[in-house]
Amino acid sequence: MSTSTEQKPTTFIGGAANYLDERLSLGGVLKNFGRKVFPDHWSFMLGEVAMYSFVVLLISGTFLTFFYQPSMAAVHYEGSYAPLKGAEMSIAYASSLDISFDIRGGLLMRQVHHWAALLFVAAAGLHMLRVFFTGAFRKPRELNWLVGFFLFLAAMGGGFTGYSLPDDLLSGNGLRIIDGMLKAIPFIGPSISSGLFGGEFPGDEVVARLYSLHIMIIPALIIVLLAVHLMMVIIHKHTHYSGPGKSDENVVGFPLMPVYVAKAGGFFFLVFGVLMAISATFTINPIWNYGPYDPSPVSAGTQPDWYIGWLDGALRLAPSNLDVYVLGIVLPMGVLLPLVISLLFLAIVAVYPFVEKWVTGDDREHHVLDRPRNAPTRTGLGAAGVMFYAVLWAGASTDLIATNFQMSLNHVLTSMQILLIIGPVIAYWVTKRACLALQRKDREIALHGRETGRVVRLPHGEYIEVHEPVDKYELWKLVDFKDYQPTLARPNAQGKITLSSKIRAALSSFYFEDRIAPVSKAEYELAHADHSPAPAVEKPKRAPKALAGKK
Amino acid sequence: MRRRPWAIGFVIFLGLVLSGGGYAAATNVVQSEVSSADQVAEGRKLFLANCASCHGSNGEGAIGGPSLIGVGAASVDFQVGTGRMPGQASGPQLYKKPVQFTEEQIAAMAAYVASLAPGPAIPDAEYLRTTGDDIDLTHGSELFRINCAMCHNAVGAGGALTEGKFAPALGGVTEKHIYEAMVTGPQNMPVFNDANLTPEDKRDIIAYLKWVEENDSVGGYELASIGPVAEGLFVWIFGLGFIIAITVWLGAKAN
Amino acid sequence: MSEIEKTYPAGLATNIQKPISDPGIEPHRVRMTDKSEKAARGAEQQIAVMFGISIVGAFIAIWGFVAFPINSLADTRNGALWMGIGMALSLLGIGFGAVHWAKTLMPDHEVSEARHQARTPDEARAQAIAIIKTADAESGFTRRKLIRRSLYGALAVFPIPALVIFGDLGPQVGDTLKHTIWKKGVRLVRDSHEGGTPIKASEVTLGSVFHVVPENLKDIEDHGEKLNQKAKAAVLLVRVEPSELKEDPAKASWSYDGIVAYSKICTHVGCPVALYEQHTHHLLCPCHQSTFDLADHCKVIFGPAARPLPQLAIEVDAEGYLVAQGDFTEPVGPSFWDIRQS
Repeated sequence: MSTSTEQKPTTFIGGAANYLDERLSLGGVLKNFGRKVFPDHWSFMLGEVAMYSFVVLLISGTFLTFFYQPSMAAVHYEGSYAPLKGAEMSIAYASSLDISFDIRGGLLMRQVHHWAALLFVAAAGLHMLRVFFTGAFRKPRELNWLVGFFLFLAAMGGGFTGYSLPDDLLSGNGLRIIDGMLKAIPFIGPSISSGLFGGEFPGDEVVARLYSLHIMIIPALIIVLLAVHLMMVIIHKHTHYSGPGKSDENVVGFPLMPVYVAKAGGFFFLVFGVLMAISATFTINPIWNYGPYDPSPVSAGTQPDWYIGWLDGALRLAPSNLDVYVLGIVLPMGVLLPLVISLLFLAIVAVYPFVEKWVTGDDREHHVLDRPRNAPTRTGLGAAGVMFYAVLWAGASTDLIATNFQMSLNHVLTSMQILLIIGPVIAYWVTKRACLALQRKDREIALHGRETGRVVRLPHGEYIEVHEPVDKYELWKLVDFKDYQPTLARPNAQGKITLSSKIRAALSSFYFEDRIAPVSKAEYELAHADHSPAPAVEKPKRAPKALAGKK
Repeated sequence: MRRRPWAIGFVIFLGLVLSGGGYAAATNVVQSEVSSADQVAEGRKLFLANCASCHGSNGEGAIGGPSLIGVGAASVDFQVGTGRMPGQASGPQLYKKPVQFTEEQIAAMAAYVASLAPGPAIPDAEYLRTTGDDIDLTHGSELFRINCAMCHNAVGAGGALTEGKFAPALGGVTEKHIYEAMVTGPQNMPVFNDANLTPEDKRDIIAYLKWVEENDSVGGYELASIGPVAEGLFVWIFGLGFIIAITVWLGAKAN
Repeated sequence: MSEIEKTYPAGLATNIQKPISDPGIEPHRVRMTDKSEKAARGAEQQIAVMFGISIVGAFIAIWGFVAFPINSLADTRNGALWMGIGMALSLLGIGFGAVHWAKTLMPDHEVSEARHQARTPDEARAQAIAIIKTADAESGFTRRKLIRRSLYGALAVFPIPALVIFGDLGPQVGDTLKHTIWKKGVRLVRDSHEGGTPIKASEVTLGSVFHVVPENLKDIEDHGEKLNQKAKAAVLLVRVEPSELKEDPAKASWSYDGIVAYSKICTHVGCPVALYEQHTHHLLCPCHQSTFDLADHCKVIFGPAARPLPQLAIEVDAEGYLVAQGDFTEPVGPSFWDIRQS
């Protein structure tokens, strides 16, 4: 029993806070999290862009659910879009037209919803690339990488189910393609297709089923995964780039309250505002142009939304006549090959952190991020992966490239087939060499400082260029990075060299054979032996404007 | 009576206008009534000078140009009227170029080619009308989607064909030329004769195209009606680009 | 530090000594608003203006809704435009104001917070393990093999009905993929929502392309079923110069004086193959650019398709209209595993 010695709250907020705290222990939450430190770098905000886009999707989507009807029953259009008046269409398409033309705010909300969907996946993808190229997926964040991977897939699924809901000609042909892909799966394919469409394509069921996935199952999945994703960020604390005062044992930045509440909170309004501005001024998905879905017509320039583009491109780039007839059954390899390659690519993305960990054998926690140049092989592999994805993505627009750049469709496609194979190899090699070159430059600067352009003639006749040494803060940034060396295959306790050990040795050589080590103390002192005895001159890069008198 | 110097100038001016205008009107009337015989002869002269080297001196075809026997006045009016003919250096397809002949010259050449053998005629203005109670926009849009959108795109933004050929964008093309293209099937475009798409069908299709051209999208700028590819590029370059600019500003130290 | 920090193996990491030790966080750089009261007040006013713009924007948005009741397309456009611009201003105003406030007026000294290893310290871990061991002992989970194994069996099997219950998502496929509604004597009619008209052979002139459906399609009352059948029965009707038509002698009777009919459903993944090039006889699918040679049995000459388009055998009836000789002799559309089995 405690005797309360504090006064009763006098303000409204005080009273409210007291009421809640007596029931929810909010004081503890505020104490633990109120001054939590978050590092400040623009590249850390990409995940936030994705999250805020998702919130915008939830808000705009809720509006749409009040007006959209997911039925494929036929109806004759009686709305205000003249070229479709009286046309026979599904209720889903008709309600989407009503939202666009005859409900105030409807078109704006539809456009916000679709633009936000495109931004959601784009930001998530760019965030994933940032995490990859800075090595933020290393221990203890490997599991968060997997959560993020599934979030990305869920986002793609949410987008696909969503743009198929209006049952227009463009998205309907997309569903037709999905039907064809499912049918290609041996033995169970046609049954899966029948299960999805409720019978033959297009059937009466699929739009309502996609609606259920789109407004309930996928958002629930995303919300749960997002909660786990953020919880792990809180537990692990955010990573930070290397720099003075930053290490694997601390996190340097600004406190949650008030700085991040203002910045991150304000950023939500900024993302929402940008989406709103785009949606007010740019048309997206003009379903009225495409017309209601019918299996007979089709429009030139039939592409899915951008994040499904790489899969469409994979289908386009497959070679002709690849049906394989074996053991009495047909394997449509023209469809199965792109399917398998896509799944393989996704699998590689998902397991990469575990592979890299196995190769380096580094079991320590990592909270300081790598500059991409300091992990040349990883960055090169990432560039190869991006190139592979990008060629597949570009492959989805072969016909548009052909018309807009006046090229032959067939040449464009053949070029991309070739680029798909050699592009990633070239991208890897060029990127890795560029990283190594940048590392060498960093060494040069660390050891000898920056070139000033001033050329001086020494008394004995030699010309030298004066170098300005970097200050200790800059020097620290240049030398503070992880460095690994390759290993040889070693016999295990029984004296046998296992296959796993050989593979690991080979991979470690692939990763670390070509490497630029960070400048060591000995090298540094040798380089500075004839210049000055003290380490880097304490000369800040900018003259401070007002040193005296503050505080 | 006072002398007014300007009056003489005025009288001379009036005289010139009346006599010149009268002559022009009289000769116009004379020209249009004469049509066939003179026109065909005029057309043949133009044909020999500009077309025969590829199409043969009697339109029978030669290396460089197919036979024009039976292609009708509509073909000539379309090809020459859109500048595609006289054709340039060979390639997968003819391009629209600046028109090289006047309306009268085109009419003359069309009359000449029509005289070689029966073929599609230049359409009657009745079927180029885009307003009126009998125009069925819905029917036109439906026919367009079934017969035309697969090559020309759902709103006529154009599309790719094989080996460097393409179906051009339809914006800015006159009603007459659209009709003529449908009925003659220029180059690799199929022929849509009047049994396939009746003149009323064609008129409805043209009305739909013109309606789309005249009515801006309710959603705002259309990004050239290219579709999801343009939308994706836009969101990456301008959407994400602008937002990243904001994040860089957000994370930077204030001055 | 009271916790025991575990030292993890560093693997292949090198241990190169750095030239200097960590110099610590860089000294704070003073902002204008830190040293000048006037600048701080200026920033305050800027922030207030931004919030003010936000308020104006919200009212513009409300006006945008109220001022454009929908009577024409222009109203729809203006409503969307002004509601959108208003809301955008209202949101951006708050956003820029809040961020500008944080940047200019809130303290921008970087602070450092210690991290702790994710691994639970040994003492707490030991307690956790002890709890698990107690629970195990008290329940007998490890000791009682019979309970444990039968539990695994039950847990493994109980989700299966949850999958089986979805069995009625769709009917058995049967042979639906292998038949269409085309039958002997069914006329070819124009594809049109009004219920198309039949086509005379004489109407199909050289270079023409007709989009065709079977005339019994309009007899299907159910809209959904009609589309299902159209998705298999859509056909392209073309006339080619007979001398340019390469014909398998066995199929010579399938065409009529150079008029041929082919399935319009792409054998790749099912889009309508409809781009016909009159002179080259190429038939191009817009989805993935599969190209078929219509003058040579629609065999695949480019793109990812793997089967030629099935041909519909046609003939002319007593009145000169084109009719089918029967159904397609092979399944239309995308390939599937038992497509070659009847």
